Amino acid sequence: MADYTIKVRRFQPESGEGPYWEEFDVDLEPSLSVLDALLQAKDREDGSLAVRCSCRAAICGSCGMKINGQSGLGCKTQIGEAQELAEKQASATGGDAKDATVVIEPMGNMPVIKDLVTDMESTHWTKIRRVTPWLLPHGDPPEREYVVEPESMIDITQSMACIQCGACVSSCLSMEADPGFIGPAALAKAYRFVGDPRDAETVERLHDLAEDPHGIYDCTHCFSCIDACPKGVAPMDQIMRLRRKAGEAGIEDPNSGHAHERAFVKIIEKKGTLDEGLLLQESFAPGIKSKLKPSKRAIKELLGSIPTVLRAIRTGKARSPVKLIPGAHPKLPDGAQDEVKAIYEHAEAHREEFNLYIKGEEGDEEAAIEERLEPPRTHTLADEEAQNG
Amino acid sequence: MPSHDVLVIGAGLAGQRAALAAAEQGVSVGIISKVHPVRSHSNAAQGGINAALNPGDSWESHAFDTIKGSDYLGDQDAIEIMTREAPEEILHLEHLGVTFHRNEEGKLGTRAFGGASAARTYYVADITGQAIMHVLYEQLMKYSEQIARYEEWFCTALAMDENDECCGIVTRNIADGSMELFQAKSVILATGGNGQVWQPTTNALICTGDGIAMAYRVGAKLMDMEMIQYHPTTLAGKGFLITEGARGEGAHLLNAKGERFMERYAPNKMELASRDVVSRAEQTEINEGRGFPDGTVALDITVVPKKRVHEALREIVLVGRDFAGVDITREPIHIKPGNHYTMGGVKTDVDGRTDIPGLYAAGETACVSVHGGNRLGANSLLDTLIFGRRSGVDAAARAKRIEGSRPSRKVLEAEEATIADIESRQKGSGRRISEIKRELGETMDAKVAVFRDEAGIQEALETVRRLQEEAKSAYIDDHGSVFNQDLVAAIELGYMLDNAESTCVAALERKESRGAQYRTDFPERNDEEWLKHIDLERTDDGPEISYSEVTITQWEPEARTY
Repeated sequence: MADYTIKVRRFQPESGEGPYWEEFDVDLEPSLSVLDALLQAKDREDGSLAVRCSCRAAICGSCGMKINGQSGLGCKTQIGEAQELAEKQASATGGDAKDATVVIEPMGNMPVIKDLVTDMESTHWTKIRRVTPWLLPHGDPPEREYVVEPESMIDITQSMACIQCGACVSSCLSMEADPGFIGPAALAKAYRFVGDPRDAETVERLHDLAEDPHGIYDCTHCFSCIDACPKGVAPMDQIMRLRRKAGEAGIEDPNSGHAHERAFVKIIEKKGTLDEGLLLQESFAPGIKSKLKPSKRAIKELLGSIPTVLRAIRTGKARSPVKLIPGAHPKLPDGAQDEVKAIYEHAEAHREEFNLYIKGEEGDEEAAIEERLEPPRTHTLADEEAQNG
Repeated sequence: MPSHDVLVIGAGLAGQRAALAAAEQGVSVGIISKVHPVRSHSNAAQGGINAALNPGDSWESHAFDTIKGSDYLGDQDAIEIMTREAPEEILHLEHLGVTFHRNEEGKLGTRAFGGASAARTYYVADITGQAIMHVLYEQLMKYSEQIARYEEWFCTALAMDENDECCGIVTRNIADGSMELFQAKSVILATGGNGQVWQPTTNALICTGDGIAMAYRVGAKLMDMEMIQYHPTTLAGKGFLITEGARGEGAHLLNAKGERFMERYAPNKMELASRDVVSRAEQTEINEGRGFPDGTVALDITVVPKKRVHEALREIVLVGRDFAGVDITREPIHIKPGNHYTMGGVKTDVDGRTDIPGLYAAGETACVSVHGGNRLGANSLLDTLIFGRRSGVDAAARAKRIEGSRPSRKVLEAEEATIADIESRQKGSGRRISEIKRELGETMDAKVAVFRDEAGIQEALETVRRLQEEAKSAYIDDHGSVFNQDLVAAIELGYMLDNAESTCVAALERKESRGAQYRTDFPERNDEEWLKHIDLERTDDGPEISYSEVTITQWEPEARTY
């Protein structure tokens, strides 16, 4: 047993008081969870400490909360690790690690009802219902099962693994800026249908999610949801898949994000480093040099970007105007560009989605390689002894 | 007064399936759950769902495996219905959008499971329960006009009319503490099992036997309450579940000497014998000193190819890593038998009808009985869906047929008075709820578990009765209205104690060993005297015992070996 102090942000709605902090001393094995610590405080000291919980095994999704500022599940975070992190955070900010306590708060981006209990209905569930979260198949079902590619089912199983805990919503920086953002959980749910070959409304769904100003292009690619997700759903990856599918379906992206991504990839393939002079042009009007016929939208976007470009040059974020002249960008020395090409070719040849149901956790890949490299056991020590003996 | 034709209490698989089936019949439906529906414990069913859907398989084979698994205590008419209707149900789920695993041809693929003579378990990685439940919840959202959802409402009592028919319920809205009387023509209990009566357990904190206790309190019969399943592979200490799918994929059980000990207990089926058989084998190894010092044996998943583990057992990789600090792809994990499933429950017929008109039960709350003395892996999801649906259909038919009566406000007032009494107890007036709960759980796990005897069960029963008295003066800290979980826990404790008392009484009564009930003082199965169900009915002096016959259609009891 070890002693810990947990510091809980409390709010008792009937007291007439605002939120306040309360510390509880608990004693439990470091391998037990933050939820176990909270339940011990609740059982022994104060039964009015409100926290949703049920399975204790990261399956039911009840106990989303912030621990040391990070969104996750209370039951899946070990108290010992949480303490270590609290100590690290304290030292990093010039405090004394000795006094560090595990700080527990309700999830973010949601109203608080009481203590750690948040109103998920008004935020999370309303957004989930926004994405038409049920299968819309075409016509009557077949007599037997739908016959589909086995990989397609494994692919969407990653989104199906979502337990609707809200940790990603809690951590979402875009939602902080735009509360209307459909958000990581609901968009991951949307991919579960867009990626499902049995769904007949894929294109309609993509249009809906792309044309909503709070839709798929509202994500800023910050990775917070991937870090927060306790089930490896990687909501941001699902959003990126939605964007890719929207691009493939010819849906115009109001931010030109898809075209921007393609421009990046193309320029690096050609030049090895980023030619900023080409980036705008390639993003908004690819092929402008040869065709000299940019679309109206491209002209508008290019002209509209001028103030941003000038500001960037002035503040040193972009390079000097001379170097921005298209074509002035240097190529990589020697044969380095060929190595870049080789990377592209390798990536092309190994084009596969990163999916935990296919690949396993990080590090497994290396383990697999290690196993392959390990020389086959041709004989054992016992054999040797027998030979020598 | 809110009113629905059909009210479903509990929103796991059985409850959601019942609500959808009732709504399909065109009646108004309400579904009430003390947690948000997707938090329900059906989530935890990892391995899969059984159905004889492959051309080479047959419902008879599935039925026989289930009957043998039940140690011949299952009712064969009910088992026939369940196994015959299973394929249709799987296809229905697939059409709704469940992302079942496919074989190379893109058709539904299966895995092997314990006690089964064919690989007939359909699955979604090892999140089958979660995947099905989330898809049913999608349907609840789709049909929100037909089905009213009351999420985070806690049911405290059933309401009866003058004719002793069930006509409604009393609930507390957890969000604001308001009490409400609901009227209904049919009420379906689908509140799950009672695993929290034991500590540790694989069951979630919400599995407190609410429906079983509520039905018992209004006079419905309980059946086979002694039959409590201990799952062979749970983590020591915390009680977390490691799916039987692991053994289905080929994992071995090893004792501390590294022996595959199942050779001695079930030479044919080895690790895939029935759960009661495997749990007893493990407990014997542990009791006879061949286990590890922490009172466990080992489950070796490293023999399963890594690719297959990631594809089909990912949840277990996470459980091992996060809760035991073990990488199951590289080393064996220590496990032991742990409380898992309530085979008994509210006695129903094959349409979910209890002894009380208007009151239905489905899923783990109910005892139809399709599981008898021991449930086969991957039959519980099937049970919830088949009998959830059948209950929903019959409850809707009844609602169309009858006028319905208004529940008396007296029931509501009685519940309000009970709650006022709990709230009035001051700190120090008695024990803490959590203390009583812990003592109950530890007692039941020590005395009414894998191996039982008269003295132990008697001791447990006496403890339970003392705790029932102590619960009357136990106090709570929270005196507010909003999200008062303390108060809910106090009421749940009452439910749990009723469940525990029934289990002890039935376990004492059954003087033989069958399925999950293994009496060291009566180690043999005794068909002559005990091939019958034990029914319990509430009286002021405790449960009154009666018996009912086991329905046998075409499979006569035989000796059971694996």
